[in-house]
Amino acid sequence: MGAEFVALSLPSMLIGICVAVACALPGNFLLLRRQALIGDAISHVVLPGIVVAFLLTGLVATGPMLVGAAAAAVLAVVAIEAIRRLGRIEAGAAMGVVFTAMFAGGVLLLEQSDTSNVHLDVEHALFGNLESLIWLDATGWRSLLDLDALATIPVELPRMAVALIVICAFLYVFWRPLSVSTFDEGYAQGLGIATAPLGLALVVISAIAAVAAFDAVGSIIVIAMFICPPAAARMVTNRLGHQVAWSAAFAALAAIIGYVLAGYGPLWLGAYGSVSAAGMIATVSGVILAIAALAGPHRAPTA
Amino acid sequence: MLADALLLQLGYNATLVTLGACLLGIAAGVAGTFLFLRKRALVSDAISHATLPGVGLAFIVMVSFGGDGRSLFGLLLGAGVSAAVGLLCVHWLATRTRLGEDAAIGAILSVFFGLGIVILTIIQTMNSGRQAGLEGFLLGSTAGMLRSDALLLAIAAAAVLALVMLLRRPLELAAFDPGYAEAAGWSLARIDLAMMGIVLVVTVVGLKVVGLILIVALLIVPAVSARFWTDRSDRVVLIAGIVGGVSGYVGAAVSAVAPALPTGPIIVLVGFALFLVSLLFSPGRGVLASVLTHWRYQRRVHMRQGLLALAQGQPIYEKLTHRLMYRAGLILPDGVATGDGQAAASKALLDETRWSIVRADQSFAAAATRYDGLTAIEEFLTKDQLREVDRRIAAPQAVL
Repeated sequence: MGAEFVALSLPSMLIGICVAVACALPGNFLLLRRQALIGDAISHVVLPGIVVAFLLTGLVATGPMLVGAAAAAVLAVVAIEAIRRLGRIEAGAAMGVVFTAMFAGGVLLLEQSDTSNVHLDVEHALFGNLESLIWLDATGWRSLLDLDALATIPVELPRMAVALIVICAFLYVFWRPLSVSTFDEGYAQGLGIATAPLGLALVVISAIAAVAAFDAVGSIIVIAMFICPPAAARMVTNRLGHQVAWSAAFAALAAIIGYVLAGYGPLWLGAYGSVSAAGMIATVSGVILAIAALAGPHRAPTA
Repeated sequence: MLADALLLQLGYNATLVTLGACLLGIAAGVAGTFLFLRKRALVSDAISHATLPGVGLAFIVMVSFGGDGRSLFGLLLGAGVSAAVGLLCVHWLATRTRLGEDAAIGAILSVFFGLGIVILTIIQTMNSGRQAGLEGFLLGSTAGMLRSDALLLAIAAAAVLALVMLLRRPLELAAFDPGYAEAAGWSLARIDLAMMGIVLVVTVVGLKVVGLILIVALLIVPAVSARFWTDRSDRVVLIAGIVGGVSGYVGAAVSAVAPALPTGPIIVLVGFALFLVSLLFSPGRGVLASVLTHWRYQRRVHMRQGLLALAQGQPIYEKLTHRLMYRAGLILPDGVATGDGQAAASKALLDETRWSIVRADQSFAAAATRYDGLTAIEEFLTKDQLREVDRRIAAPQAVL
C-alpha cells in the first residue's frame, strides 16, 4: 500500500467516488420527484451526442463531447415532452421511444464510422474503463504534493471534481426552492418559485453529472448511482437533508468497496486477473440498497 | 442485395432469422400494447437488463459441465431465470418498500446489468470464454448464426406469438378497462402476472436478435405508434402488431445485408421511422393533422371577423384577413366590399344578432353553449326557433 497504490488505484478510486457522489446528489431529487428513470434516459442519449461531436470535430476532446452530449440531452428532453403533448402519450413510454431510438442511432453511427484508432466504442460507453485511469508519474503519497507529478494525473479526476463542485454549488444555492418544489409543487408556485425552469435545471445538472462521468466509467454506473444510493438513503431517514447526506455516504462506500472487490476480490478467491470495476460498483450499490430495503428503519411503504 | 434480403433470397438461415424477427416483432408489438396501456412500459427495460447475469452464469455452468457453453437454448434459459428474479425484485421493491415502481425499475436494471458485466469479465478471463460471443446479446447479432439457433429462434417466436394470441382477450380487457375486468371476475393480479410472463418470454426470445439494451423499444414503439392511428382497442393491438412485424422483418433483412452492424439498432430505427410517420401523418393526433386543423380554424376566425367589420362599415387593416377576403372575392383590393361581400357580411351580422338574442335568453340555454363565434346559428336551431328569435329583432323603422 505505497507507491503502487497511489499510482494504480488512488486516481481510479477518487474518480469513482466523485462520479458516485456527483450522480447520487441530484439523484435524490429525481427519486423524490418520481423521475428516477431520467438518469437512465440521459445516460443512453449522451452516446449519439458524443459520437456526433466526435464525427464533427474528429477528436476525442472534452469540450466538444460535453457540448454534443448536452445538446443530445436537451434534444431528448424536448422530444420526450413533444411526444407526450402531441400524442397524449404517457411519460414513461415517450421516454422509452426517445432514448432507445437515440441510443440505436448512436450505436450505428459509431459502428459505421472509423473510430478504430480512438478510444470510443459501444462497450466502453456502457461500462467504461475505470481501471485504466492510472497515474504514471506517481511515486508515492508524496507525489500528491509534487506539482510536476500532479500535472500528469488522469484528466478525468480534475474534470470529475469540477463537476462535483458545480453540482454541490447548485444544490447549495437552490436547496430551499428545490426541496419545496419537490414536495409540494403547488405551494412552491404560490411562493413565486419558477418550478418549470427549476425542474429543467435539475435535469441539466443531472446531465452534467452523467456526461462528465460517462467518459470515465460508462453509463451503467451512472444509472446505478442516480438511483441506488438515494433509494437506500430514502429507507434510512425521513429528512431530506439526512437523506442527501446518507446517499452521498452510500455512494462513496459503494465506489470504494466496489473498486477494491473488483481489483483484489479475484486474488482473494485464488483466481487471477480482475473484474469490471464499474460493474462491481453497481453491484455493491445494489447490495447496499438490498440491505436498506430489508432493514432500513423507514422502509415501509407510505400509505 | 437489399431487395434480395427483403424477398428472402439470401439463403435458408437468413430467411429463418428474418421470418423469426417478423414473428417476434408482431408478438412484441401486441404484448407491448398491453404493457403500454397498463402504463408499465418501462418494466420491460428492467426485465431485459436483468437477463445479463443469467446469460453469463448459464455460460459458466455449461462450461463447467464440460460443454462449450454456446448452446443458445441454455443461454436463453439462464436469461429467463435471472429476468424472472429481476422482475420479482422490482415487484417486491415497488410493493413492499416505499420506493416507487420507477425507482425499483432503475435500481434493478442497473444493478443486474452491473452484475452481468462483472460476470462477463470473469468469463473473459476463462480459457473457453475468449470467443464466447456473449457481447452479441447486448445489441443483437444475427450474422453467422447457426442453423439450429436460427430454427430455435423462428420456432420460439412463433410459439410466443401463439401464446400472446391465446391470452389476448383477458389482457385486452385488463388493459382497456381494469374496473370492468375485475367486476367480470378476472383477477387483475393474475392477468398482470400473465402479461409480465409474456413480456419476459418475448424479451428472452428477442435477446439474440435485438439485444437486451434495445428490446424495450420493440415492446414500446409499436404500441405508441399505433395509439396515434386509432382509439379502438382491437385496432391498436392490430396496428401495433403490424408495426412490430414490419420493424422486425425489414430490420433483420437490412441487417443480413450489413453483417458488421449489430441487428438491434437497425430494427429499432426501422420501428422509430414508422413511429415518426405516425407522429407526423396520422389523422387526428398527427402533427400535420393538428396543424391543418389549426390553420382552418384560423382562417374561419379571420373570415368571420372580416365580414363583421365589413357589415359595420369598419376598414380591414389586418393583412391575413384582407388577403383571405380578397381571394374569396368578397372585397376589392382597396377594401371595398363586392356584391358577394355585402351579402355575406349582412348574413354574418344577422347571425351575430340572432346569437346575441339566443345567448341572452335562458330558454335557449342549451343552444347558447354551442356559441363559438364562428358557426351559423341555423345549425343548432329549428326553423320555428329561428322565427321566434327573428321576431325579437327590432324591425327596421323609418326615420321620422
